[in-house]
Amino acid sequence: MARMKFLCDADRCIECNACVTACKNEHEVPWGINRRRVVTINDGKPGERSISMACMHCTDAPCAAVCPVNCFYTTADAVVLHSKDLCIGCGYCFYACPFGAPQYPKVGNFGSRGKMDKCTYCAGGPEADGSKEEYEKYGANRLAEGKLPLCAEMCSTKSLLAGDGEIIAQIYKERVMKRGYGSGAWGWKTAYRETIES
Amino acid sequence: MTSFGRSIRLALGAWALLLLMTVVPASAQQVNPTASAVKEQQLLQELNRIQGRVSIPDQRSGVLEQPQGREWREFRNVTLRWIGGIAILGMIAGIVIFYLTVGMVRLEAGRSGRTIVRFNGFERFVHWMTASCFIVLAISGLNITFGRPLLLPLIGFEAFSEWSQWAKYAHNYLSFPFTIGVVLIFLMWIGGNIPSKVDIEWAKRGGGLIGHDHPPAYRFNGGQKMIYWIVVIGGGLVAASGYALMFPFYGTGIEGMQMAQIVHSIVAVLFVAAMIAHIYIGTIGMEGAFEAMGSGEVDVNWAREHHSLWLDEQKARTGPNDGQPQPATAAAE
Ligand code: HEM
Ligand code: SF4
Ligand code: SF4
Repeated sequence: MARMKFLCDADRCIECNACVTACKNEHEVPWGINRRRVVTINDGKPGERSISMACMHCTDAPCAAVCPVNCFYTTADAVVLHSKDLCIGCGYCFYACPFGAPQYPKVGNFGSRGKMDKCTYCAGGPEADGSKEEYEKYGANRLAEGKLPLCAEMCSTKSLLAGDGEIIAQIYKERVMKRGYGSGAWGWKTAYRETIES
Repeated sequence: MTSFGRSIRLALGAWALLLLMTVVPASAQQVNPTASAVKEQQLLQELNRIQGRVSIPDQRSGVLEQPQGREWREFRNVTLRWIGGIAILGMIAGIVIFYLTVGMVRLEAGRSGRTIVRFNGFERFVHWMTASCFIVLAISGLNITFGRPLLLPLIGFEAFSEWSQWAKYAHNYLSFPFTIGVVLIFLMWIGGNIPSKVDIEWAKRGGGLIGHDHPPAYRFNGGQKMIYWIVVIGGGLVAASGYALMFPFYGTGIEGMQMAQIVHSIVAVLFVAAMIAHIYIGTIGMEGAFEAMGSGEVDVNWAREHHSLWLDEQKARTGPNDGQPQPATAAAE
């Protein structure tokens, strides 16, 4: 089985937010919740850089480790998913997550927190693949249909890559060789404890 | 002729230009247009965090990367469990050993049969309201800390989540009466809980816990003052950090939330350990003590042995009988 990863080639990201929009639409993500966002560092200054970020589906995922009810599981494709039926909305996964991926719709006690929602790598949740319940809780399950995450598919500059970690690393390496520069795979060291040497 | 030569030169020039045009982009390809842009490793080395601007309303999501979540994970999953385990189990073990070797602190003079009011109805109400909230808060809180390794394997995922959800509701809602209780305790008993010289003498004599010593004390002895300040300061800290956790990200960022959890959980487990000792002394640890918070009245002999100076004060104010019908012999007291 493949080890699925995301890779944002920061030298190509133009902050068009197509990935963000694609994700919101595909999964009917509620108001105020963003499973993916584009962060711009040094906005408007020389040396500006934009990176699209969502859940990285970490190796030995910190969110899963700290969850008090142990509601996370890792699929055979190494995608980190969770069960909204088990989640109690404590917010701990957000404190542990290095990438700010977990989100909480405001429906819990005192309007503070509901069940956690995050990027599923377009792979749904514990319910039957493609079922109505799965769609309502987690959004579309494109992986089960043999498709890759829509954010990467929609990326206008093909900055955002999704797929088997080895294949997208290879694509990135070839790009860097061809154009002669690359700022590295952002977040990989933190998420996967490895980088792409180029 | 000259025009032909000029045409040749022109054609040559155009050809050279064309050549130049194809060559220049080839070398320009090696120029990095984002060479001056920030690099991930350099940003992480500077701040251990990468932050930027986002165009969505959720400004928290401007934190791109915070690897220190890993350190927080280590605290929550390992360090805290050690601190909590050692504090709570250590306290229980200590008390068991103490109880088995020294046993209950008895009333040496036995019961006199006469009582004196120690806590009025309002004081007892506040005490029990705070105490019952504390017990529920402690159990529901410790469930977050230890439930996953200890309880989940026994009852399974569904039951554990169901229970944890209710425990969380209880933890959130009971925080309010608990906080009110701590504030009332602070105001109600501050008068008797200012540390004084008497407490030093009391502490030097080990509080009279071992042997038959009875160091003098006013309404609250050194140990009780310690419990009072643990409740006031510990309660204040868990309340402040707890509300920060309950209403997340109001005026703080991710590092503030991690800090709130660290303060809340460490103070909470130490608080639980201290309260176990308090519960022990108030029940099976000392004869005649529970009545103070039960009926509100203690035996006069209990007051003499444990709070002699307070008893003298009370006697001076109201007389020894405190409005109760007494047998005639009691006048000798
Ligand atoms: C006074 C008001 C209090 C408030 C507002 C409060 C709030 C919270 C919140 C929001 C959490 C995060 C987990 C969750 O969402 O359920 C928490 C965790 C916890 N609380 Fe409280 N709490 C309070 C008092 C207490 C007291 C008195 C104790 C102990 C006796 C306590 C012990 C704990 C423990 C042990 C945890 C879990 C820490 C961990 O493992 O991360 N809390 N509290
Ligand atoms: S990015 Fe965050 S939410 Fe996703 S697997 Fe890693 S720690 Fe979990
Ligand atoms: S918010 Fe839900 S998923 Fe996240 S740690 Fe808490 S219970 Fe687990």
